[in-house]
Amino acid sequence: MRARIIVTLKNGVLDPQGKAIGGALASLGLDGVDGVRQGKVFDVDLATSDEGEARAVLGIACEKLLANTVIENYRIELEAGAAGGDASDAEMPAEGHP
Amino acid sequence: MKAAIVVFPGSNRDGDVARALRASGAAVETVWHAEAALPDGTDLAVLPGGFSYGDYLRCGAIAARAPAMDAVRRHAARGGLVLGICNGFQILCESGLLPGILMRNANLRFICHRQKVRVERADTAFTRGYADGQAIDICVAHGEGNYTTDPTTLARLEGDGRVAFRYCDADGAVTTDANRNGSMNAIAGIYSENRNVLGLMPHPENFVDPLVGGTDGRAMFDGLAQAA
Repeated sequence: MRARIIVTLKNGVLDPQGKAIGGALASLGLDGVDGVRQGKVFDVDLATSDEGEARAVLGIACEKLLANTVIENYRIELEAGAAGGDASDAEMPAEGHP
Repeated sequence: MKAAIVVFPGSNRDGDVARALRASGAAVETVWHAEAALPDGTDLAVLPGGFSYGDYLRCGAIAARAPAMDAVRRHAARGGLVLGICNGFQILCESGLLPGILMRNANLRFICHRQKVRVERADTAFTRGYADGQAIDICVAHGEGNYTTDPTTLARLEGDGRVAFRYCDADGAVTTDANRNGSMNAIAGIYSENRNVLGLMPHPENFVDPLVGGTDGRAMFDGLAQAA
């Protein structure tokens, strides 16, 4: 089973990186972007196919390491079925890459 | 005084802090992070500066889960002294030995310069060689030194006198300009509840020898060497 863990900054925590990225978007001439918050995404491959077991393991992983709960929230998304991915998720070619 | 310096993959200031401690008369041993115990008779555990695990995930996050950190936690719980400098401060925060977290500097730049910090209290094992309110000459070198915590914890740190150092100007005045990384309340270092654990971003080990231009760091190591 594959899972995706999304770690985001809590509301109210200053995010200078997100702010700088927002400024860069504005400098591209993009209108309508009111704010950017930067976070992290972890794709995790799990041995289990049991949802409850997966959530239990990932909850511990998030609490103990992947997120610092002083400043960050986390969300766990389980992908149903085999880990396939779409075309945009294709692996980088082993050869022919500069 | 017997000091144990815990070395993680990516630590790079362990040699400097060892040299500073020895110059003040302490006996020093180094401990690899995979060790499950500190040497017998350790008075002071030191987490040196550097870039443990390449700052992967969050600064200090992976080092904080190393086996040697369980030993450091037990040492601190017994009342043993713990000093975390720069990356060591980040590791102490990630390990739960100190509250809060060091975020990316407010200006997003790695800062590396001489800096004055004000000694908030001179009655601890770490600061007995200084005077209350003294502005000491020290160095900073970090990208993530922006001390951040929730308002309740900040109020508790202030109320309990647990702020160790603040960034200040040459006269000891805490100003926005002197607080280059954007830390809350210009905090450069904090103590644990019993003041046996100190984490600070500046590097006292840089300034122990007149040859390199400053000696204000020396009093911290002299004070520690006399602690036991």
